[in-house]
Amino acid sequence: MKYDRRLTAPLLITLILIGAHWSYGVLRGYEAIALAIFSAMATEFALRRLLTGRPQQLVSAYISGISIAILVRSPVLWPYAVGGVLSIMSKYVLRMKGRHLWNPSNFGICALLFLAPFAVAPLSVQWGNDLWPMLVIWTVGLNAIWLAKRAHITLAYVASFFVFAYVRTVFTDSSFAAEIAPITGPMYQLFALFMITDPKTTVSSKRGAIVVVFLVAFVEMLLRLAEVIYAPFYALFIVGPAALLVEMWWKSRAEAAQPDAQAAPSAHRGLRWPLR
Amino acid sequence: MHSRPESTVEGAAAPRPRRFLKALTAFVFLGLLATPVAVRYFSSGSRADDAGLSVPAALERYGFALQAVSDAAGIRFTHQPPMLDPKLEPIMPAVAAYGAAVSVTDFDRDGWQDLYVTNSAVGSRNALYRNRQDGTFEDVAAPLGVAEVNHRATGVSMGAVWGDYDNDGYEDLFLYRWGRPELFHNDRGSGFTRVTESANLPDWINANAAVWFDYDRDGWIDLFVGGFYPADLNLWNLTNTRVMPESFEYAQNGGRNYLFRNRGDGIFEEVAEATGLTSERWTLAAAAADVDHDGDPDLFVANDFGINELYINDRGRRFREVGREANVARTPKSGMNASFGDVLNRGEWTLYVTNISEPGVLIHGNDLWVPTHDSGGAPRYRNLAGAMGVELAGFAFGAQFGDLNNDGWLDLFVTNGFVSGETRDSYWYDYSMVAGGHRNIIADASNWPAMRGRSLSGYQADRVWLNDGTGRFQDVTPAVGVVNRYDGRAVAVADLWNRGVLDVVVAYQRGPLLVYKNTVRAEHGWIAFALEGTRSNRSAIGAELHLYWAGTEQIQQIDGGNGFASQNQRRAHYGLGPASQVDSIVIRWPSGTVQTIPSPAINTLHALTEPQ
Repeated sequence: MKYDRRLTAPLLITLILIGAHWSYGVLRGYEAIALAIFSAMATEFALRRLLTGRPQQLVSAYISGISIAILVRSPVLWPYAVGGVLSIMSKYVLRMKGRHLWNPSNFGICALLFLAPFAVAPLSVQWGNDLWPMLVIWTVGLNAIWLAKRAHITLAYVASFFVFAYVRTVFTDSSFAAEIAPITGPMYQLFALFMITDPKTTVSSKRGAIVVVFLVAFVEMLLRLAEVIYAPFYALFIVGPAALLVEMWWKSRAEAAQPDAQAAPSAHRGLRWPLR
Repeated sequence: MHSRPESTVEGAAAPRPRRFLKALTAFVFLGLLATPVAVRYFSSGSRADDAGLSVPAALERYGFALQAVSDAAGIRFTHQPPMLDPKLEPIMPAVAAYGAAVSVTDFDRDGWQDLYVTNSAVGSRNALYRNRQDGTFEDVAAPLGVAEVNHRATGVSMGAVWGDYDNDGYEDLFLYRWGRPELFHNDRGSGFTRVTESANLPDWINANAAVWFDYDRDGWIDLFVGGFYPADLNLWNLTNTRVMPESFEYAQNGGRNYLFRNRGDGIFEEVAEATGLTSERWTLAAAAADVDHDGDPDLFVANDFGINELYINDRGRRFREVGREANVARTPKSGMNASFGDVLNRGEWTLYVTNISEPGVLIHGNDLWVPTHDSGGAPRYRNLAGAMGVELAGFAFGAQFGDLNNDGWLDLFVTNGFVSGETRDSYWYDYSMVAGGHRNIIADASNWPAMRGRSLSGYQADRVWLNDGTGRFQDVTPAVGVVNRYDGRAVAVADLWNRGVLDVVVAYQRGPLLVYKNTVRAEHGWIAFALEGTRSNRSAIGAELHLYWAGTEQIQQIDGGNGFASQNQRRAHYGLGPASQVDSIVIRWPSGTVQTIPSPAINTLHALTEPQ
């Protein structure tokens, strides 16, 4: 039987999740992750069938569900269901020219954090206090995005984060060590490796993607200076769709100028991204 | 495939039914976005919205009312926090945020409950409030020798627990500190003698928890002490700033725990390692109860910055840590309280553990661990805090069960708030920024941004949760008269005026000691028991009481310290609701003796001595 490459990403994130929970109990519980995954997949199944009539493809919904389960922390169960459903629905409702604008997981998490702070918190602590979970995530994650030709995005973001961390020390009395602390934790690692690199919700050119994550880091710096705890998620929520809209406008202008030109196919078609 | 633009959804070419479905999807999407608002609205239904009721109105509606009467009772005590090494100055309010404690006893055996209250600044005085039996208290700590105990050289107070370690009939005082622990022998209620050295206690423990319990059931109470900071740290003379937990969920660089076995000759033998109590987590609370019903007391340890621990006692020889298999230690939180109580009237111990709940930042939620079955070993627990409405309290510290309205169901008082700064600006952004980082960053206090007078979950309200007997608690805090915003630490319940009701005492960090006098609707009956051991330890610590009445059963015990930095009255107090009689009380003494008393009189305090 031939291995389906599209399963690599979900397998990867599932392994990270199992390892993290087995080692450190990072999940709210098995019922939470089951609920998040089921909600996302059921929503995908229903909406895809009803709105497109196209063959079912539930892998990305599985990934969205698992992302919500990892990155959202709540003592109650309903946010996992609502987050999973909102993530998928955002793909079908918030669209422009046939593309969804927000990374589904990012939308679901931001919606929960903004609307339900009384019941939800982001993953903001480290998995254990050892070095190896960090090394595992970086090694496995970098390898995956390197193979997918998306490593430039993560590396550009990390470099930008460090630069802006230093800039923040000028405006605050925090040390550089304090300002870079977040990126040594798993939430940022997952964010930098898998969420901002989602091919569906980033611009298509290499240079453009680098500019976009630089802007994400810049907006994040502004939000951090305003002491917004969810700064990275909100920064991507703001910059990501704006960048896509600019790209669409740019392309439509180019197409208007050259009506016979065919839009270049995405270099990343067929990829399934871990934090969708 | 999936990355292809899904153009069939867009555009005017979509057929009419699909357009309708699109509109319906958008409508449902908007509805879902409104879901959190609806959830919040409906989940607040268990909170009474009748703040500031008059006492008669609160009595009519909830069956009780609390009135802060500290001043009228002659209690004017304000806690002063410790000031540690100047190297910790930028985050001093957070690292020195402990030390307000209260423990109840009847140290002079006059039948009236007295209070011991700790202070934590160098040079500050602890207070021993003797109950004058006329509604007022007098501080007798200084003449009796237990006031001036906060010194630079020997450390400052974090809490105290009372227990009759030599079985002479008078409750002795163990004082735990960030510093040298102290044992004071009670000289027949007329004074206290320091016996620390002769008792063989160690030179220094940075302790935040202590519990008396007779783990080996030899008739002499033993002592568990939980370390917070490592014992080799002198917090007033630090060599460096690496004093913080290495993780905020998995830290194991805290203080070690101690188990002092009472040999019966006034000397204690440290047996923690020999008995399996080898944890070095950041312990903030502990409580003992016989959770596996095998006759010997087990121990629950609540740890900050990590998982909690449940130690099953193997016949007084060793402890076996079963937290994970019992399901109480799967998810790391910030354990700050441990209280046992029978909230469902099933004759089973439920366990309440407090944690941090800060909206949008860190929502651990408190735990109400209810045993789901008993398979002959350790029970397995299920957290019903959310289902029963006692999950989200705030940055919660001390909590105590007690039947505040004498309706026959245990209610819950939780005190909250970590640091109320000079401003209400929050330190949480900086806290969460660093707490998410690697241990090399977290563990060094110099990496933490300065607090600069900001608050960290400050100005929070206490919670008074009323058990309605159907498995739900209702928040009646302001309605019954609890309206302060101090940073709460320790809670204790006691019948301070011998009226057959439970009053509440709360110690606040950098705040007052508040005594809440309880008024209860007269038609609810009560019964109370004061026990004295003979074959068992004389304090009867560990005795289990099973009261049967009106077709129900409730278990209580004589405890040697629980909650956070607190100890309730030694007596067991039961509310009876409208019942006019009790079927029986069954007492299982620590020695194993089982005593049954049929139909004890209600509205009476029964003084019982263990049968020889």
